[in-house]
Amino acid sequence: MNKHIKVIAWGTIKSTAACKECQTAVGNQVCN
Amino acid sequence: MHVFKFSGKTLALDPITGTLLEVDDLAGEVLKLWHHLIPEEITAVLSARYSVCDLAEALSEVEELVAAGLLDAIMPPEPVPTDASVGQVKALCLHVAHDCNLRCRYCFAGTGNFGCERTIMDTATGRAAIDFLLRSSGPRRHLEVDFFGGEPLLNFPVVRDIVAYGEEQAAKFGKVIRFTLTTNATLLDDAVIEFLNDKQMAVVLSLDGREAVNDRMRPLADGAGSYSAVSQAVREFVKRRNGENYYVRGTYTAHNLDFATDVMHLYNLGLRELSIEPVVGGAGESYTLTQDHLAALCREYERLADFYLAKQDEGDPFNFFHFNMATYGGPCFGKRVSGCGAGCDYLAVTPAGDLYPCHQFVGQQEFAMGSVYTGVTATSLVSEFGRANLYRKPECLRCFAKFFCSGGCHAHAYHSNGTILQPDALHCELQKKRIEIALGISAFRNVQ
Repeated sequence: MNKHIKVIAWGTIKSTAACKECQTAVGNQVCN
Repeated sequence: MHVFKFSGKTLALDPITGTLLEVDDLAGEVLKLWHHLIPEEITAVLSARYSVCDLAEALSEVEELVAAGLLDAIMPPEPVPTDASVGQVKALCLHVAHDCNLRCRYCFAGTGNFGCERTIMDTATGRAAIDFLLRSSGPRRHLEVDFFGGEPLLNFPVVRDIVAYGEEQAAKFGKVIRFTLTTNATLLDDAVIEFLNDKQMAVVLSLDGREAVNDRMRPLADGAGSYSAVSQAVREFVKRRNGENYYVRGTYTAHNLDFATDVMHLYNLGLRELSIEPVVGGAGESYTLTQDHLAALCREYERLADFYLAKQDEGDPFNFFHFNMATYGGPCFGKRVSGCGAGCDYLAVTPAGDLYPCHQFVGQQEFAMGSVYTGVTATSLVSEFGRANLYRKPECLRCFAKFFCSGGCHAHAYHSNGTILQPDALHCELQKKRIEIALGISAFRNVQ
């Protein structure tokens, strides 16, 4: 258990570093 | 690392990965220094205020996050689109009416006609726009058409025809067109409501909040206030679609810096899908927002966040457009880099069928891109907008919010700074504040 830091969300932005099938927007688009 | 406070918590965002952390004061200070100093130097800087033991613990926790790939300072290389995808259109904003029955004082369309003759789109042009979209969309299956104006319901028969034609033609191409409509809500009669509900069309309804606020900026063509009729029409419309698939969208100006009260007013009308947004343009007008208003506006967003969380706690929540943020999932890297796609994926169509990069560029001849009959002829503009991503905006590359904002609005940038590559400073600061709050709200939600 970490004492100083709690992870709220694991960042995945770089994991896909576009088909553009998602809705035109920005931070809340839903993807394939 | 971007470290900020939200509602009593200290949060830290890794701008490159999107990792969001809740931290204590010590870890917050360590993270601020992490990408600039080595651990020994961080210890030296902070040892006057924290014990060496605590510092070692915090540094160890940060190193664990780095090892897990959750923290990263290296920006990935710029995605290069394949030649085949350049110029593929996905969405159209159809200006079916360059006319309006309101005379809103802040309207970027110049009271609905975009500074030109008051005209409406004919059926042939509407159908030609659908044909253009289908033949220009390449392999993309999910397409979008937004009915816009002016006031699109001044031309309802053509709206109805375009939807029928679009559904029929899209099916032939194996595609789906999602239709949406933006209206001032003055013309929502039974036939219109039944049609919009039958087609499950997402609708954006314009209302600025309190009666005095709304009527100061949104008079009818005869000068009378629009609040009474519009607020009643909006409530009736929302009720008849079971409170789903709509947004009530208002504009705040220098006349209502207490805009959170307008959101509360809309909430008290029973509306739950809300957006109140800063006015754009109008330099030198009494309603124009300036940097002098920034501190007050940021405080007001905090007041709105308190109201938002209170309603969430009470079990009767509402959605606020700019507080929606996916901390998990969300769009892919390519979309985060390129944003709305105006000028390449997304185009606006005038009543005559002329093409522009988006609705806020309509009527500016230097941005004319062709027509639905000829197709896109200004290919240099397609390239210019296609390249105008985060990697071309030095200020954005340094910003913590870049992957949640995608570089801001091209039109705001151009109208403020004369280039689509330099975002509008005030809108940047407001966007950053909203993104901090959205991340903070998501932190509360994830913990719950």
